[in-house]
This record gives sequence, C-alpha cells and structure tokens, in this order.
Amino acid sequence: MRLNPVNGGELSPAVVFHIGPLQLTATALTTLGIVAALGLFVWLLSKRLRDQPGALQTAAEAVYVAMEDAVRAVAPDHVKLLMPFVGTLWIFLVVANLTGLIPGLHSPTRDLSATAALAILVFFSVHWFGIRDKGLRRYLRHYVTPNPILLPFHVLSEITRTVALAVRLFGNMMSLEMAALLVLLVAGFLAPIPILMLHIIEALVQAYIFGMLALIYVAGGLQLQQLKQASQGQD
Amino acid sequence: MTWFTGLSTVAAVIGIAIGVLGPAFAMGRAISSALEAMARQPEAEKSIMRTLFIGLAMIESLAIYVLVIILIVLFRNPLLEYIANG
Repeated sequence: MRLNPVNGGELSPAVVFHIGPLQLTATALTTLGIVAALGLFVWLLSKRLRDQPGALQTAAEAVYVAMEDAVRAVAPDHVKLLMPFVGTLWIFLVVANLTGLIPGLHSPTRDLSATAALAILVFFSVHWFGIRDKGLRRYLRHYVTPNPILLPFHVLSEITRTVALAVRLFGNMMSLEMAALLVLLVAGFLAPIPILMLHIIEALVQAYIFGMLALIYVAGGLQLQQLKQASQGQD
Repeated sequence: MTWFTGLSTVAAVIGIAIGVLGPAFAMGRAISSALEAMARQPEAEKSIMRTLFIGLAMIESLAIYVLVIILIVLFRNPLLEYIANG
C-alpha cells in the first residue's frame, strides 16, 4: 500500500530512473525543478524592472529589503558579502519546504541527503568567507585562541553544528509529512488539513532558522577576528 | 510480532515520551524568560526575538534527534537482521 509509512519507501526517497550507475531520486529532480523555476522567475522579473514598480516588483523588493534588514541586524559590516548566500538559502528553503504541500511532490528537504548537502555548503562557506575576508593565517589563528588546548573543541563544534543543521531541517520536514500521513491513515480523508496548516508555519520557521543559523555561523567566523582586531587596536 | 519488535515499540514510545519532556520544559523556560525580558525592555524586542528563535531551534533539535533515533529503531533497526538470522 502506497500510504503505509512503515514501508521503507517513505523514509528514503523514491528512485525515479537510472542513468547508467547514477540513480536519479525524486529529491534531485524536485530540487532541479525548483532551481529552474526560481531562476526563470527571477530572470523574467529582472527583465522588466521599472522605476514605477508593479505589484510583483514591489513584492520582490519587500522580500529583498526584509532579508537585507535581517542580515544587517546580525552582520552590519558584511551585508554585501553575505546577502547573496543567505538570501539564496532563504528563498530556496521556503520554496523547497512548501513544495511538500503540492500533491504528488515531496519537499526535497525531507531527504537527509539534500539537507546534508546544504549544511556542508554552510560549513564550507564559513571558512570561505572567513579566509577571504581576513587571510588564511589570521583565520586559522582563531582556532588556537585563547589557548591551543581548545583546538579539539573548536573542531568538534564545527562538526556537530553542521550535523545538527542537517538533521534539524530533515527531522522537522520529515516528521511533519509523516504526521500528516499517520493522521490520514487513522482518521481518513480531509482530517490532516490542520496538520498541513501547521506544516506551512513550520516550513517558514524552519527556512528562517536554517538561514539565520547559517548567517550567524558565517558572521561568527568573520566577526571573531574583528573583535580581536578591535581589542588589539586598544592595546 | 516477535518479542524483539514488541520490545522495540515499547522502547520507542517510552523514549519519545522522555525525549520530548525535557525540551518541552526547556522551551517553556526560554519563552517565559523572553517574555519577561520583552516586558521589561520592549525596545529590545527584535534582538530578543531573534535570539529566542535560535534558542528554540537549538532546543527543538534535541527532540528531533530523539525522533530520528526512534524512527530508526522502528523502521530501520540495524539489529533486526541479527535477531532474524540468529
């Protein structure tokens, strides 16, 4: 039975088709579809920007300004640097999390592979932005401050927070979808609608939190050195 | 149903009950302190809300870990094949 959550197919994504040894899962296809749709939408939007904006342009600008304000509140000096990455995460995650509400589609973020890929992206961008901003030596030095004894703890926290980032988003989205499915099995047609409403809120909150945590991690890599610079300047 | 699946089910139910209890208390405390802080300093609402959301996400992920472990125990128990074969 397709609806049975005990059936392993619900925990892992279905394989749509094979290209040689390569398995193309539903997750990968949905992600590609979302990226293509978003790219097309934004491209069309940027084609007809006007000084007297229409409804669509006003909405897009409102979203952009809201995101920019959120970034500015955390990292006031690096808005230009961080905005593309964090804004992309936010927009993609909102769309990806809400995709689960469309009948026949699963949201890609209910697959641990997709969220792990995003978390690894965040992990690398922390170092990328940190090194790009301050240089390799200065960046690496913050691992051994205030004391080299703390090096293992720094490394451990980098790893655990990446794992936590991936598992948090995956667990939330999967548990929501599974809860709706279980209510459908127990209570029947139309009963899971309140849970689907919760799904909308939770999807938005989880997208916000993922982007915000990514922003804070990256800003942490940048600002640690700034604080140190400021304290060195005082000495 | 073998004794092993029965035991797994019992362990899963008890586990999720305990695993949700702690985060629930922690979230309650976090939210009540945040409300108090907001009542004292309404002008700091934005930063309090941001910190609260991130703190809640951190606390919530504990419950999510429990859920993931329990789903593994229920649906993908790695010990099951040893039980079946032995």
